[in-house]
Amino acid sequence: MSALSDQLLVATILTYLAAMVCYASVYTLDRALVGAGAPVPAAPAASGGSRAAELAGRAALVATVVGVAAHLATLVTRGVAAGRVPWGNMYEFVLAVTFVGAVAWLVLVVRRPEVRRLGLYVSLTLMLLLGVAGLLLYTAVSPLVPALNSYWLVIHVTAAVLATGIFLVGFVVAAMYLVRNAHERDANKFAFAARLPRADVLEPLAFRLHTVAFPIWTFAVAAGAIWAEAAWGRYWGWDPKEIWAFISWVVYAGYLHARATPSVRRTVATWIAIVGWLTMLMNLFGVNIFFVGFHSYAGV
Amino acid sequence: MLTGPALRSRLRGSLRSLLALALLRNSWRQLTSMRTALVLLFLLAVAAIPGSVLPQRNVDAAAVGRYFAAHPSLAPVLDRLWFFDVFASPWFSAIYLLLFTSLAGCLIPRLRDHIRALRAVPPDAPQRLDRLPFHAVLSGGDAASLSAALRRRRWRVAVRGQTVAAEKGYVKETGNLLFHFALVGVLVGVALGSWYGWHANRLLVAGPEGAFCNTIQQYDEYGLGPRVDSAQLPRFCLELTDFQASYLDSGQPTSYRASAVVSSPSGVSRPADFSVNSPLRLPGANVYLLGHGYAPVIRYTDRSGQAQTAVTPFPPSDGMLTSEGVVTFPDANRNVGGDTKLQVGFQGLYLPTASSPPFVRSSHPTEQAPMLMLFAYRGDLGIDAGIPRSVYTLDTSRMTSVGQGVLRVGESMTLDDGTRVEFLGTRQFVSLSIRHDPGERIVLVSVAVLLVGLLGSLTGRRRRVWFRVLPSGEVEAGGLARGDYPGFGADFARLVEGVRDVRSV
Repeated sequence: MSALSDQLLVATILTYLAAMVCYASVYTLDRALVGAGAPVPAAPAASGGSRAAELAGRAALVATVVGVAAHLATLVTRGVAAGRVPWGNMYEFVLAVTFVGAVAWLVLVVRRPEVRRLGLYVSLTLMLLLGVAGLLLYTAVSPLVPALNSYWLVIHVTAAVLATGIFLVGFVVAAMYLVRNAHERDANKFAFAARLPRADVLEPLAFRLHTVAFPIWTFAVAAGAIWAEAAWGRYWGWDPKEIWAFISWVVYAGYLHARATPSVRRTVATWIAIVGWLTMLMNLFGVNIFFVGFHSYAGV
Repeated sequence: MLTGPALRSRLRGSLRSLLALALLRNSWRQLTSMRTALVLLFLLAVAAIPGSVLPQRNVDAAAVGRYFAAHPSLAPVLDRLWFFDVFASPWFSAIYLLLFTSLAGCLIPRLRDHIRALRAVPPDAPQRLDRLPFHAVLSGGDAASLSAALRRRRWRVAVRGQTVAAEKGYVKETGNLLFHFALVGVLVGVALGSWYGWHANRLLVAGPEGAFCNTIQQYDEYGLGPRVDSAQLPRFCLELTDFQASYLDSGQPTSYRASAVVSSPSGVSRPADFSVNSPLRLPGANVYLLGHGYAPVIRYTDRSGQAQTAVTPFPPSDGMLTSEGVVTFPDANRNVGGDTKLQVGFQGLYLPTASSPPFVRSSHPTEQAPMLMLFAYRGDLGIDAGIPRSVYTLDTSRMTSVGQGVLRVGESMTLDDGTRVEFLGTRQFVSLSIRHDPGERIVLVSVAVLLVGLLGSLTGRRRRVWFRVLPSGEVEAGGLARGDYPGFGADFARLVEGVRDVRSV
């Protein structure tokens, strides 16, 4: 069952790769049109090139759905092999976070079809993270160490996985907003951004995603504190992972406040969200690899 | 009548105080501005970083010691700047105290405003509803049924003649205020915990002789909050009766379970089990299982034939419980040798499963082939000088090496002076943390309130609608979202549609 999960991971990565190729060809097919002198905001379905792009877009979506199914199967088989929730170590955590990210992306694209073109960057991010997980973080299936063997694992880590996955998609949207915004101010910058959704669509969307993820992250940290009290005797002890969870929380809180302050420009606020994601990455990779703390468990 | 210079000096004086007042007001305004709060938030995040990069005393004091050894010139400078106690440092405290002051300065006026808003009736409709961002005309209706329909939808309604004004979404500001006041609650809980809380650590060897009672004299290490009187610690005694650990073949642990007997001052004893993730909760104190290991039992017979037995916990140095420790017999050879001290100490290495040479690492945490290596020293242990020192290291500067050996359980070896040391077996020991934090409950409740407030603040949307029954019998409706609410158009359309349905019923 564990070997099956490993093979499914390869299938998942390949399917996301296929989705990425499809998303990329949407750009290529459209750029051909731009190169031919068509006006940039041309209505898509007007010409053959756009129809091909439309088809590629649909194919990309189908590939994403298949990828998510394979991803789910990877997680389920891993969980069955281990006889527990499949997020007991860093490899499994990244697997679960990217799954949440992929599902969040699908939900987003179904509800807001106009942002479909972000799929290229979402699938790229997913592939990168999954690649890192499979190549660098891979850990063989093993049961939990006693400290992790608690129902709080399900509560705390599930919440952390959910929040991180949604922050991931929020980060992609926020980054693409910054790119698109720069392009709208100066058309010579980031020519590819001509095909991105408008900045005034992306910015509220990025904010929305963060407002969903932030309370979940808050809950994850709180649940972690309750668990820490039972396991280590104190609810908060400034362990490196706790410190970085706190830093991420403060930075994202800063983003929400900056976004609600009229005198702070939206680009500045969005940069704070980008910093927030960097702190999340630091917590996920940096803390597990460089620092030793209570959150250090077998096989990173 | 004031003369020129006196008048001038008085004027100057009042000008100065005015300026001082203005400066104060300005600083206060600056401090409570959102920009300042954002900068402080950012500083708070940045200030926390060194706490994760450098070892911290409150987390791992030994790691701080190692850092000092590795960076002898840099470490004292960092230490003077509180970099090994980041979260107790004046600069970290300054940031969060300023942040909370800024917060209070912002919250109190907002609370006042919000209470006023909660008690106020929705304002009257503007003259021209068609100038509002959202506008609709209904074919008919009357103020009474409209206001009833709105109230059913939980709008706050005010009817003025033929005009119905309604407002909704106070939960946004309520939630926002709850969230921020809950943050203050968290801070209060943390402060109470550090003032009135205490913690202590202790290694506890299984068996009745190992039992200890909750007094600071019996702890290896402790920390009392500034408002805690050591005589007021709750009274109980604890004896470890058994410790069970199970492992995989790979040596990875799968479960720990400690069994103990708790005795209260009234003399009542009761058995109690605890393990990692399920601490022993006693009135006024919780006992947490943090680690475990083996304590070799060693009997030493000195030159006068006196036998003494020591049970000494050997702290494990790896996951396979390769354990190192020091066994001392300070009373050995007391009656012989006169003035020269002939105390005996051993450095020991214990391997619960010694499977292959060179026998420096255990290959499994269970005792499948236990082996104890002892290095014997004789002389002055240096413990009578009154200098505090670690019980896990042997100061051999005034001792001489007098033999070494490898012992299996039950085996013994003879030292150069004919004295004998025997390895009788091992006992389990656990390392415990005993803690009490009275601020915990306040923090927990505050965090729960914080989450509820956060949800309200992020999902609530304040908006106003007005309906006006025109002389023609038609009803004009207008809507206005206060603040960021991209979906208000759809919401307004739904509301108008719903109100229309109600009227036709």
